Amino acid sequence: MTQERAARTKRFLELFGPFLGLLVVVALFTAISEDNFLSAMNAKTVAVQTVIVGLGAIGMTFVIVSGGIDLSVGSVMALASVVTALARKHDVDPFLAGLCGIGTGALCGLVNGVLVAALRIVPFVVTLGMLGVARGLAKHLAEEQKIDAMPGWLGDLVTKSPEPSWLVVAPGVWLLLALAVFMGFVLRRSVLGVHAFAIGSNEATARLCGIAVERRKVEIYTLNGAFAGLAGVMMFARLTVGDPTTAIGKELDIIAAVVIGGGSLAGGEGTILGSMVGAFMMSTLANGCSFVGVPNYVQEIVIGIIIVVAVALDRVRRVSATSSG
Amino acid sequence: MTDAAAMLLRMRGVEKSFGSTRALSGVSLEVRCGEVHALVGENGAGKSTLMKILAGALVRDAGEIEFDGRSFSPRSPQEARDRGVAMIYQELSIAPHLSVEDNIMLGRETARLGFVERRRNRPRVLRALALLDHPDIQPTRRVIDLSPAARQMVEIARALAFDAKLIVMDEPTSSLGARDVERLFSVIERLREQGVAVIYISHFLEEVRRVAERFTVLRDGQTITSGRLAEVADRDLIGAMVGRTVEDLFPRSARSPGEVVLSLSHLRGERMPLDASLELRRGEVVGVAGLVGAGRTETLRALFGLDRVAGGSITIRGAVDQGAPPRRRLAQGVGLLAEDRKSEGLALSRSIAENATMSRLDPFVRGGFVDVKARDLAARQLATRLNVKCGDVALPISSLSGGNQQKVAVARLLHHDVDVLLLDEPTRGIDVGAKAEIYKQIGELAQRGKAVLFVSSYLPELMGVCDRIAVMRRGAIVGIRDVKDWTEHAILELATRSTEAS
Repeated sequence: MTQERAARTKRFLELFGPFLGLLVVVALFTAISEDNFLSAMNAKTVAVQTVIVGLGAIGMTFVIVSGGIDLSVGSVMALASVVTALARKHDVDPFLAGLCGIGTGALCGLVNGVLVAALRIVPFVVTLGMLGVARGLAKHLAEEQKIDAMPGWLGDLVTKSPEPSWLVVAPGVWLLLALAVFMGFVLRRSVLGVHAFAIGSNEATARLCGIAVERRKVEIYTLNGAFAGLAGVMMFARLTVGDPTTAIGKELDIIAAVVIGGGSLAGGEGTILGSMVGAFMMSTLANGCSFVGVPNYVQEIVIGIIIVVAVALDRVRRVSATSSG
Repeated sequence: MTDAAAMLLRMRGVEKSFGSTRALSGVSLEVRCGEVHALVGENGAGKSTLMKILAGALVRDAGEIEFDGRSFSPRSPQEARDRGVAMIYQELSIAPHLSVEDNIMLGRETARLGFVERRRNRPRVLRALALLDHPDIQPTRRVIDLSPAARQMVEIARALAFDAKLIVMDEPTSSLGARDVERLFSVIERLREQGVAVIYISHFLEEVRRVAERFTVLRDGQTITSGRLAEVADRDLIGAMVGRTVEDLFPRSARSPGEVVLSLSHLRGERMPLDASLELRRGEVVGVAGLVGAGRTETLRALFGLDRVAGGSITIRGAVDQGAPPRRRLAQGVGLLAEDRKSEGLALSRSIAENATMSRLDPFVRGGFVDVKARDLAARQLATRLNVKCGDVALPISSLSGGNQQKVAVARLLHHDVDVLLLDEPTRGIDVGAKAEIYKQIGELAQRGKAVLFVSSYLPELMGVCDRIAVMRRGAIVGIRDVKDWTEHAILELATRSTEAS
């Protein structure tokens, strides 16, 4: 019985540790800022800023749970934003243009997945390659310039003052929330989700139980690519340009969000809810640093430290998990 | 279970080779429906290979297998499972982060629109768990939160949920405490009542007698005998397991033990060993016998500083010193030959010379740079001394045969000129010629006043090479005597006796 209680306490800490971290960050900024950090307007800004990292973190959670990693999402986002902008420039319907962006991302993910699964190259190397290729392609397509295009109603997705006003926050935030709830359900309840956990937890066992490990990996990386693509579309919507040099290093924010949220880089652990809290923490940090007026480099240092601390916590958690068994 | 019971499994003349080594050369095994059949034999007798063939992890070279009235040649574990053969692996095949029910259904979950129908599968899961009757195992609990014993039960539940007709258990009690062993036995009893057959692999004869009716003895890849346990005495069973001719490849050097260089007093590791005490003198070879999993390797690792020491003491040349890292142990003149030379002992992609000299480069260092010529010269001398068959010491060590690789690993200890050699299964998987070479070296080292601690699962070599032999069982050294006061029977008996239920 005590064993069960200990296990429950551990689960509780795993789940609410990220929330506590977030609370600490918010409290800290509220204390040191002269203006009201907790104002409704600023909260809306943070929410909109969360959309891009949050969407990326949904897909990345699947990849990390399955024991993989994807370093290419920043570049893939830029490529998707360029593709979407090009489509809009040629007067493609906003919806279809958005689909083009998502499709571009999914295609990059598919290539990643096939290389990881078929050639058995470690994901770190495959996606490091894609990081370069996607960035280069984006620059080629955009002829090394920003592409100006009218986002159409895509722009309304990430506005700070949504219409109608009863929406309170931008539609993109609601979209993120809806997708997070749905994908959280998929991760915990779908066959794909269970298999992702099984592969990340013990790949040999997954194989022994007849799971099509290779096919699952392709599906997981494609899914992640699609979410990176959607994040790229949002990026275009916010900037109203397709920028091939945008989102450099975004993949690290996304990975950090997942890890802060309880994802284990060794695989087998992670929740969508946790990753969302992690994403929110990343944007709160970014927003808070500029809000209290510390220079950009301080923000980079702080985020760097937080990533290492989160991974160190991940390791401590893993050690205590194995010794309890 | 008399002749009335139908035959479930019939294996005849099964053979399997790995390269030039024959693991199985004509094995026969018959198991009836609803019987518990004990498969016994020494380490390396071929039990695991045979069971891997049965479970579809390996494919046999020759022979016939009939299962449930039809011929049986599974090409994958999946296929074997679909026919009703389930294997409970020694190394658990469980995904620790998933829940109990997800583990049980893994790879066979039914789904609607891509979502797992846990509710629909629940009755099947509960039925399997009811047979186990384990209080900690609930369908939604994560396996990572369960004890090792309960995790093993989850594996058994997986077999039960899919109506296995034959369950193979490979050393199922090796990691269990007395209470969990009892629980496992009652589960096996219930399986038998349900008409499920069990192949039970174990070294513990008392356990075997408790759960099984019939037995088969394997030795050197062949079936030696089989029959009813009630009709055979322990000594005949052990005789069938051991009985092999011992070639005269153990030259004994003239030596006399000197002062104590190393002593362990109630040494305890993180998990293993639990209680290891022994003294090692100069000019002496002490053997450590015991079953796989008895804690022999862990004792050496703790001693060498690779694993944490949790209790007891280590005394080296009269000074108490535990918890030293391997670097300091080497400085103290203690060297370890690791059990697994491929993953631990050698840097396979590097050259013979590098491997032989890796632990002590300073004789060749000139102004911060390694004098490669001097190093290669030293390596060549070592190779000659140990009779390593190699063309050039600059070749990668992976180009050598297993026996010659092992000689290079021993050469490294000679190069380091250690006083205390900890050898963990130094002759495993190498040919007789290389074995003889290593025995000769051990004898010469002892003669020159070195102390050797020699872990081996091969009793004839311990009997042939050592001055004294210690026996480990379940983490503790339970007996240590001069070699002339031991017989192979006595060692095996002591090593396999079950501990009293606590």
